[in-house]
Amino acid sequence: MASLLALSLPARCSSLRTGRSWKILTDSLPITRSFYTTAHVASKDLYWNDRFNEGEQQFEKILIANRGEIACRVIKTCQRLGIKTVAVHSDVDSLSVHARMADERICIGPAPTSQSYLQMEKILDAVKQTGSQAVHPGYGFLSENTKFAGELEKMGVQFIGPNSKSIYDMGDKIESKRIATKAGVNMIPGFDGVVQDGDHCVKLANEIGYPVMIKASAGGGGKGMRIAWNDKEAKQAFRLSSQEAKSSFGDDRMLIEKFIDNPRHIEVQVLCDKHGNALWLNERECSIQRRNQKVIEEAPSTFVDPEMRKAMGDQACMMAKAVGYDSAGTVEFLVDSKKNFFFLEMNTRLQVEHPITECITGIDIVHQMIRSAKGHKLLHEQKDIPVDGWALECRVYAEDPYKNFGMPSIGRLSRYQEPLHLENVRCDSGIQEGSEISIYYDPMICKLVTYGKNRTDALETMKHALDSYVIRGVTHNIPLLRDIITESKFVSGDITTKYLQEVYPDGFQGKKLSEKETNELVALSSALYVSDELRSNDFENGTKNMDMPAKFELVVKAMNNIYNTTVEKVAEGFRVHLNGDTLDINGQIQFHSQLINTTLNGVDSQFQLSKRQGAGSYSLRFLGTVFPVQVLTTFAAEMMKLMPEKKEIDISTMILAPMPGMLKSVNVEPGQKVGEGQEVCVLEAMKMQNSLVAGKSGVVKKVNFKTGETVSEDDVIVELE
Amino acid sequence: MASRLAFSRFLLQNVNKQHFKTLQTRNTLARSYAAVAGSTEHTLEVKRRIEDKRERALLGGGQKRIAKQHQKGKLTARERIQLLLDPQSFVEYDMFMEHDCTDFNMQKEKYPGDSVVTGRGKINGRLVFVFSQDFTVFGGSLSGAHAKKICKVMDQAMLVGAPVIGLNDSGGARIQEGVESLAGYADIFQRNVNASGVIPQISLIMGPCAGGAVYSPALTDFTFMVKDTSYLFITGPDVVKSVTNEDVTQEELGGAKTHTTISGVAHNAFANDVDALLNLRDFVNFLPLSNKEPSPTRHCTDSPNRLVPGLNSVVPLETTSAYDIKDVINGVVDEDDFFEIMPNYAKNIVVGFGRMNGKTVGIVGNQPKVAAGCLDINASVKGARFVRFCDAFNIPIITFVDVPGFLPGTNQEYGGIIRHGAKLLFAYAEATVPKITVITRKAYGGAYDVMSSKHLRGDINYAWPTAEVAVMGAKGAVSIIFRGGQNQAEQELEYIDKFANPFPATNRGFVDDIIEPESTRKRLCEDLDILAKKDRKNPWKKHANMPL
Repeated sequence: MASLLALSLPARCSSLRTGRSWKILTDSLPITRSFYTTAHVASKDLYWNDRFNEGEQQFEKILIANRGEIACRVIKTCQRLGIKTVAVHSDVDSLSVHARMADERICIGPAPTSQSYLQMEKILDAVKQTGSQAVHPGYGFLSENTKFAGELEKMGVQFIGPNSKSIYDMGDKIESKRIATKAGVNMIPGFDGVVQDGDHCVKLANEIGYPVMIKASAGGGGKGMRIAWNDKEAKQAFRLSSQEAKSSFGDDRMLIEKFIDNPRHIEVQVLCDKHGNALWLNERECSIQRRNQKVIEEAPSTFVDPEMRKAMGDQACMMAKAVGYDSAGTVEFLVDSKKNFFFLEMNTRLQVEHPITECITGIDIVHQMIRSAKGHKLLHEQKDIPVDGWALECRVYAEDPYKNFGMPSIGRLSRYQEPLHLENVRCDSGIQEGSEISIYYDPMICKLVTYGKNRTDALETMKHALDSYVIRGVTHNIPLLRDIITESKFVSGDITTKYLQEVYPDGFQGKKLSEKETNELVALSSALYVSDELRSNDFENGTKNMDMPAKFELVVKAMNNIYNTTVEKVAEGFRVHLNGDTLDINGQIQFHSQLINTTLNGVDSQFQLSKRQGAGSYSLRFLGTVFPVQVLTTFAAEMMKLMPEKKEIDISTMILAPMPGMLKSVNVEPGQKVGEGQEVCVLEAMKMQNSLVAGKSGVVKKVNFKTGETVSEDDVIVELE
Repeated sequence: MASRLAFSRFLLQNVNKQHFKTLQTRNTLARSYAAVAGSTEHTLEVKRRIEDKRERALLGGGQKRIAKQHQKGKLTARERIQLLLDPQSFVEYDMFMEHDCTDFNMQKEKYPGDSVVTGRGKINGRLVFVFSQDFTVFGGSLSGAHAKKICKVMDQAMLVGAPVIGLNDSGGARIQEGVESLAGYADIFQRNVNASGVIPQISLIMGPCAGGAVYSPALTDFTFMVKDTSYLFITGPDVVKSVTNEDVTQEELGGAKTHTTISGVAHNAFANDVDALLNLRDFVNFLPLSNKEPSPTRHCTDSPNRLVPGLNSVVPLETTSAYDIKDVINGVVDEDDFFEIMPNYAKNIVVGFGRMNGKTVGIVGNQPKVAAGCLDINASVKGARFVRFCDAFNIPIITFVDVPGFLPGTNQEYGGIIRHGAKLLFAYAEATVPKITVITRKAYGGAYDVMSSKHLRGDINYAWPTAEVAVMGAKGAVSIIFRGGQNQAEQELEYIDKFANPFPATNRGFVDDIIEPESTRKRLCEDLDILAKKDRKNPWKKHANMPL
């Protein structure tokens, strides 16, 4: 043990950044023992439980074959360790955060990923050119590409990830199942092998017991996947899914298994080395998903007890060992309501949501991946892996949550401020103010992680973090995230993968304010208006209007309702009377700051002034959702009643782009008759193809864009007569 | 305040409903008293008559017409004034003035105050004069009395130095009065011209404004309109039809959309009366009371030293791609608060008011997002008029330059781009207020000179690192310099190397410094502070002869 000079990281990371100066430090410190504790000795150090041997060999230069937040994440750890970094980037990314953070940067092509980040040859050239000793692939792109890993091996460059064989084995659904079964991992009852035809499918379904799921071996993302509840459906499902699989993946091998109703998605982080060691780093609850994409994750899970955790962890490690795994990986399980868990698949890469595991275990997973890749032994034993506190991750995306729980949106971040001033908040992002969210890449803005000693604390911090997060210039999903984290089912931990559809059956429609919250919004709006009025009447070089009333009688229009308020300016702020209630709003309301911190009846409250339109109209972001409000004097409100309602333009005759993207095809021309619901064009936006249909029958009057052209949100693509 | 407002509402509603009946009875009573009365009765009767007239004046054309006005989605002249001005601040002039026309039995139909309400009041505590045409009285038509009332407030405004705001809602001339009415218009025009450059004049068109009447708004500094309910035209659709046989609706001919997007007659349009009047209150807060007064300085919490990191990446790496100059403007001004003038007309140039460290500035910027930000006829005229307003009222001008040149083509040449472009050049060259220029990217050709260059007495001229100052782009230049040369690509590279950077301008002192975009606000605020003491005068002249 003496030879293993393990050191907890605070000493290493908090004091010093570069490897060189670290060596000076460790030389001067007589550290000869291994110590670690689950208590946060220095609670602000993220990686308080990270371990390594003093003076152990490390890579001198690592190339990161990725972009955005994950590239930044890997670079951060490298910087901490004193490892030089090389970024690859597309031309539009040349000023991006990840490219600028790295010590060297190489442009590998134009914006589309197929011409840059997926260009294996160019990345291999960059590796050669820079003399990088290892490559971290991040997630996505080439992270699970065995050919890439193989090519690197040929060049004598280390791929920071598992060996190609385990990537290959785990990438194939049938193969991975075979290995899992052999390893003794819980499997979803099903047939081990390929379903031959429709009749075979029905026979197997009856053996397993309905409902069953029929899915393509090569499938993913819900394609070639169907659920059957009886023989007839089973036959049909087989036929349709295999056709779909053939056309989508060129592989029509079908699998059949028991369908788990209302499951949870819980995964186990594993960490392995090249010496046959495997550790499990607890579970992550990832049930809040939309279209198979995770939205909110947490660690640990409210549903998992220590016994179950150990069982899941042990099986995950069995799986990892069976496949000869030697890096960080994730074993995904489906969990039914009776706490039975079944192996789903193994992800052979660093997962997006790894930070929450780092928060509760104190381990820098990227560091350990790098160590493993270098051939070092893991220095933790299973007993050294704690569940320390609770961590939550919200994926903040540039997307419109009101459309199908999230349709991509693009734009320039004209204002951007992460809530890092709050304690226990971690932001993994690869953008900054002024960055462009483009149609070329993943629309993720940031992984917002909060932690605390328990779930309640982590949730409370998350509330403040989301409220304080300033993002302007792009539409984002904070309204949805903010609503979920206070929704009662989520708060009680009663969630499944169908959570979003169940809680928001008609789609997300914005925060539904309670009466108390409504009063707060109305009171805040009133106070804002009065602040605005007071300073508009107070000039530094001229008159100060002495006729300002001591009390303002106001009418607030919000959410299609009218509220009467009376606002008094008091020494510390404002006193607002409405509906028989009195609310005290204290604190300065300053218009230069997007974020307005006040106290509402003594309780801290953050809200944001998203827009000031003039004439008493404001857009306030309150509890995540942006509410347009109008504040008028009673007289102006009286006059406003006399104003006619403006007619909304009939847009059923226009086909508008629901989001920015590229027109894959335009299927109509002027003069052509179209029926209601007929597809007029296909819009490709961020890896998705969206069919746009005519809202009513008619004749095409005008086609404003051609195939291949890019459109912005709300551009009129086709007009009907 | 509640009680005051409640009272005024009471006046408006209750008085309106019952007033005519009581008026009639009171009048009969009054007359019979007068016949027999001694002096006490007489005094009381005069008092009553005063009250009667006041109450009738408040009613304008009567309850029915008020209801009709409301039905059209329009407010009455008095309601508009009440919304525009601070509560209780309105002081009315000439409430008792009546028309003196006797033709066509007009002497039988008189309304105290006639068809316009005039007076003074305050907007956010600052003095303004105002007239509000009353459509409920003779359709707001302009009588001799009406014109005299307007002239009186304009004269007063000139006397004390305060803006005049006109709320226009008038069917046109009072035909019954003939030339008297025309004379009235001309009297107003003359005052508009005299006041031009002395006090800010603002017109808000809130109903019809046709015929000769349109020229008063046209002479004022800013004309705003109300969407769907206001029209401005020389002749209405009927006359157009009879003369040119052209079918056109009122809205198409002279509605808010036409004038804010096609003709450039109006500077902006608002959703309805309330919205327009409240926005006007915000707008007035940018303006000085007169050419002798400084702009109001609003208390500013936005630090003048604030860095704007987003500006470092606002100009795209590819020199041919567009960006939104408003991202730059909004980032630089206090609190993102930019009041754009003519936002929908000649969008290739952006003009408007903002504040820097609390003080009003005029901002002009080429808009690369529209027509590559080139200068054409409309953009030149739009920019020129704005620059002249700022210069007249001592408002410093900040210019953001990204201009590829003047728009070429027969359309522009036949339209007279030479003389219209000269207007912008003239305006910048003539202006003596502090002028600060930031070249964000391209500053090519004559357009470089025009856009507040050092040569036109720009006080401080900056370049961002992305700036390129040259006679033209590489392609065109190379074809002239190396006429018929072989290695065009190579020559272009040579040209780009020489000129596609700020150095040719900085080396000669035409640009004072190359600044990091993020520091733009800080630098501008510092410079404005220094330049506040700027004192420059043009040579004495009766007036210049700008290329109109």
